[in-house]
Amino acid sequence: MNKPLRRIAIFCGLLVLALLIRDNWLQYVKADSLREDPDNRRVLIARYATPRGDIIVDGKAITGHAETTSGDFKYKRTYKDGAMWAPVTGFVSQAYGATQLESIEDGILTGTDDRLFFRNTLDMLTGKPKEGGNVVTTLSAAAQKAAYDGLKKQGGKGAVAAIEPSTGKILALASYPSYDPSTIAGGSDADAEAWKKLDKKNNPDDPSLNRALREVYPPGSTFKVVTAAAALENGLYKSADEQTDSPLPWTMPGTTTQLKNEGNIPCKNATLRVALQYSCNTVFGKIGSQLGNDKMLEEAKKFGFTEEQFTPVRSSASVFSDDMAPSEVALSSIGQFNTAATPLQMAMVASAVANNGTLMKPYMVDSLQAPNVDTLEKTEPEKLSEPLSPENAQILQSMMETVVEKGTGTTAQIDGVTVGGKTGTAQHGENNSKNPYAWFISYAKVGDSAPVAVAVVVQDDKAVRENISGSGLAAPIAKSVMEAVIDSKK
Amino acid sequence: MSSSTSNTSTHHTSTIGAIGAPSRRNTELALLVFAVLIPVFAYANVGLAIDDQVPSGLLSYGLGLGLLAGVAHLVVRKFAPYADPLMLPLATLLNGLGLVAIWRLDQSKLLQQIGQAGGKATNQLIYTAMGIALFAVVLVFLKDHRVLQRYTYISMVGALVLLLLPLVPGLGANITYGAKIWIQVGSFTIQPGEFAKIVLAVFFAGYLMVKRDALALASRRFMGLYLPRGRDLGPIIVVWMISILILVFETDLGTSLLFFGMFIIMLYVATERTSWIVFGLLMSAAGAVGVASFEPHVQTRVQAWLDPMREYTLSRNGSNDGIVHSEQAMQALWAFGSGGTLGTGWGQGHSELIRFAANSDFILATFGEELGLAGLMAILLIYGLIVERGVRTALAARDPFGKLLAIGLSGAFALQVFVVAGGVMGLIPLTGMTMPFLAYGGSSVIANWALIGILIRISDTARRPAPAPAPSPDAEMTQVVRPS
Repeated sequence: MNKPLRRIAIFCGLLVLALLIRDNWLQYVKADSLREDPDNRRVLIARYATPRGDIIVDGKAITGHAETTSGDFKYKRTYKDGAMWAPVTGFVSQAYGATQLESIEDGILTGTDDRLFFRNTLDMLTGKPKEGGNVVTTLSAAAQKAAYDGLKKQGGKGAVAAIEPSTGKILALASYPSYDPSTIAGGSDADAEAWKKLDKKNNPDDPSLNRALREVYPPGSTFKVVTAAAALENGLYKSADEQTDSPLPWTMPGTTTQLKNEGNIPCKNATLRVALQYSCNTVFGKIGSQLGNDKMLEEAKKFGFTEEQFTPVRSSASVFSDDMAPSEVALSSIGQFNTAATPLQMAMVASAVANNGTLMKPYMVDSLQAPNVDTLEKTEPEKLSEPLSPENAQILQSMMETVVEKGTGTTAQIDGVTVGGKTGTAQHGENNSKNPYAWFISYAKVGDSAPVAVAVVVQDDKAVRENISGSGLAAPIAKSVMEAVIDSKK
Repeated sequence: MSSSTSNTSTHHTSTIGAIGAPSRRNTELALLVFAVLIPVFAYANVGLAIDDQVPSGLLSYGLGLGLLAGVAHLVVRKFAPYADPLMLPLATLLNGLGLVAIWRLDQSKLLQQIGQAGGKATNQLIYTAMGIALFAVVLVFLKDHRVLQRYTYISMVGALVLLLLPLVPGLGANITYGAKIWIQVGSFTIQPGEFAKIVLAVFFAGYLMVKRDALALASRRFMGLYLPRGRDLGPIIVVWMISILILVFETDLGTSLLFFGMFIIMLYVATERTSWIVFGLLMSAAGAVGVASFEPHVQTRVQAWLDPMREYTLSRNGSNDGIVHSEQAMQALWAFGSGGTLGTGWGQGHSELIRFAANSDFILATFGEELGLAGLMAILLIYGLIVERGVRTALAARDPFGKLLAIGLSGAFALQVFVVAGGVMGLIPLTGMTMPFLAYGGSSVIANWALIGILIRISDTARRPAPAPAPSPDAEMTQVVRPS
C-alpha cells in the first residue's frame, strides 16, 4: 500500500503548491492593482485616515477637520462659514467624493502629492503621522463676506465675482442660495439626507450650483462695455464724446423690427458716453451690426468669451455666437439673443478696462504649502490678453465713470473713490416672460490703481418686475464688495 | 523478524521496530514553547497596533494557551509517548494564531456593529479547551486505533445521521446564506459535517480493509480499465449518491467534494488501482455538472468565482434575479492584494470589510492582509507540514486499517485546506467550509483536535518499538559457550 501512499503524498504536495502559486499571483503579481483599485475601500480609508490640509484665506483656515465617531473613516472635513465659501472650496465628502478646489488640489490636501514624497518618506521613518498640505487662496474674507451677505439680504438667486485687475487674483466668488459642505462631509444617514436635499430634482433652488463660475446668464446691457470696446478698438469712433451716427428709431438691418430703448432717453446721435450713461440699445445695437459678427466675436474673445477659464476651478465658457444675421449681431451686442456670460467673465471685462486694457488671467490659488508651511508652488500673475489699447481703455473708463457719476449706476458711488460701472437688465425666458436678471459690473479706483473689479448678477423671481434693475438690486452689492476691498487695503 | 545469526557474533540484527524511533517528547515540548510564544507575541502586537498598549489580557491569554498546550503535551507524553513530535506543536500554533486573528477582528467596530465580533476570541478559547479535552479523551481511551475497526458499520450509520441532521425540521439552523449545514441545540450551533468527516474516515477504512482484495482483483478488463464487479461497486455508488444528495439538499459543495475526495483517495490506496481514480473523477464530474445545471446556488458560486467584480457590483447595487449576491469574494481579493508581500502588520489591515464571514470562512484573508505573502505562505506550509506528518504516519503504520485511516484523515485535511484556501483566494469556486484551527467555530476546532488526536494515536502505534523478540535459544547458547 505504500506506492499509492507516496503518490497521494505527491498529490497533497501539489495541492499546497497550487495554493502557494495562487498566493504569489494574488499578493505579488496582482497586489498593486488590487491595492489601488478605486473600488477597494481601503483607498478611501487611507485617504481619510489623516487630517486633511486646509484651505486658507487671509492667513486663516476656512476649513478644518473633525474625528468621526462611527464608520471606518477617521477624519471628516469641516467648514467655517461653509455656505459662504462653498463656491470657492467645493466640498469633500466621505460618501460623495470631492469637487472644485478640494478635488483639484486633493493631492496636496491629503498629502499624497509627489512633491510631498520626500517629506512623507522622512515622516514615515521618524514615525510621524502623515499630514496634508495647505492651499492658500487669493480671496479676501471681507470682500467675500460683503458679497455673500449682499446676495443673502437680496434674497433671490445670484452670484458675485470680484477680481484684482492688476494681477487677476480672485477676491470674491459668491453664489446664493448656497449650501454648507459640512453637512455632506461625512458618510452618515444625516449626510445622505442632506445630499438628497441638495439634488436639483428635490430642490429647485439648486444650492450646490456654483453660479459665479458655472452658470451663464444673458449679460444684458453690461455687454455694451464690450461693444464700446470693439467700437473704439476698430476705430469706429475715436473718443467718448464724438457724436455717433445713430438714428432713432432704428430698424435692425434685414428686418422691419425696430430696436427699442428702455424709456424715452436721448439716444439719437448720442455720443458713446451718453449712450452708455443712458444705456442706449439703439446706439450699441447699430454699432454691433456695423462692425459685424467677426469683429464683435473677436473682441469678445479677447475678453475671454467662448473659452472655459481655469482658475484652477473650471468655469463655464461664456457665449458669443458666430454666423449670425446682422439683426442678431445687433441683439447680441446689447447682451441679448445668444450672448451669455458667467459672472466671472463679466468681472474680467470690468477688470480689463480698469487695468488699462490688459486682461490678467484670473486665479484663486496663491500658493501651495507643505504641512510645515514651506511653499511648494506659487502662482505668478499672467497676462491673458489685451482687449484694449491703454488709450481706448482710458476712454472707456471715463465713460463707465460717467455711468456711476450721473447715469444708471449712481447707487454704486463711494465717497472719495472713483467708481466706473455699467448696469444691465437682461431679458429672460420665452418672449421675456420671466423676471429679468439684474446685472452690475464695476471697478473702483484709488489714486491711479484699481484694486477691485466686480460683477454682480441677481435673479429675483419674487421681486416686482418694475423694480428690477441693475442699479436697484445689483449695484449696492457691488458697492459693498468694492468698499470691503478698499477698506481692507487701508 | 530478525533471523538469528549463524555466526557467533555478539551483534544481533533486528527490525527497525525493535530498535525503535526515539520518543522525541522533549523535541515536542521545545516546539510547543515556540507554538505558544509566537501567538503570545502576535497578541501583544495586535494590542500595540490597535490601542498603543500591550493588551491587558496578555497574561491570562498566554497562560491559557500555554496551559492547554501543556496538558496536551503531558497527555501525549503519558499515553502516546512515541507519537509524532510535530503534529501537536503545529496544531497548537495554528490554533493560537487563529485565536489572535479572531481577537483582532473582535476589536473591529464595523464587525461589532453587525453583531459579528466582540468576545468571540473568548468563545474560541473555550472551544479550544473543549477540543484539547476531546484530544485527551481520544488518547486516554483509545489505546489502540484498531479498536475502531469494530465500529465500521456503526460508523457508517453514524456518519449518515450526522450528515442528514441539518435536514431534520426544527433542528436545522439557517445561519448564513446558502449552505444548510448547521444544527441548533439550545443556543449552540453545531456543524455535524466536521465530525462526520472523522466518522466517515473510520467507516471507509474498516470497509475498504475488508473489501480491498475483492475490489482490487475481482474485476474485468474493459478498454484498458479494470472495472469492478457490481456488488463491490455498490457502496461506492451509494457514497457518490450521498455526496450528490448533500450537495443538492444542503447545497454544501465543499463537504460533498471533501467526502468524495477522501473516499477516492482511500479507495486508491486500498486497491492500488488507478482505474478507481479515473472512475471516481468521472463520477464526480458527472455529478458536479448535473447538479450545477439546475442548482442556482452552485451556479452563483461558479459565476462569483469567474467574475468576482460583477458579483460585487450586483451585491452593491442590488439585482432582481432573486439570488443573494455577495461581495465577499471581491473583498477578500482586495484584502490579499492590499497585504502585498509583507503585509500591513497585525491589526493594521481592513479585512473586516469582508463582513460577517471575516472571522470564519474568510479568516485567511486577514492573515493574507496583515501578514502578507510571507506570512500566508508560512501558514500554508504549516498546513502542508501537518498533512505531510499525517501521510508519513500512514506510511509508517504497520496495519492496513491504520494506514487507511491515517491517509483518509490527512487526505481529508489536505482537501479541506485546499478547498477553503483555494476558494478564499479565488483559485476555485467558494464552498463555505472553514480553515481548520484558524477559523472561528466550535465544531471545527473540536473535530480537528479529535482528528489530530487519532493521527497521533496511529503515529504512536507506528513508531512504538516492536516488543523485543523472544530470546533465541541459539543466541543464548552462543552467550553461554563463548568461543576462544
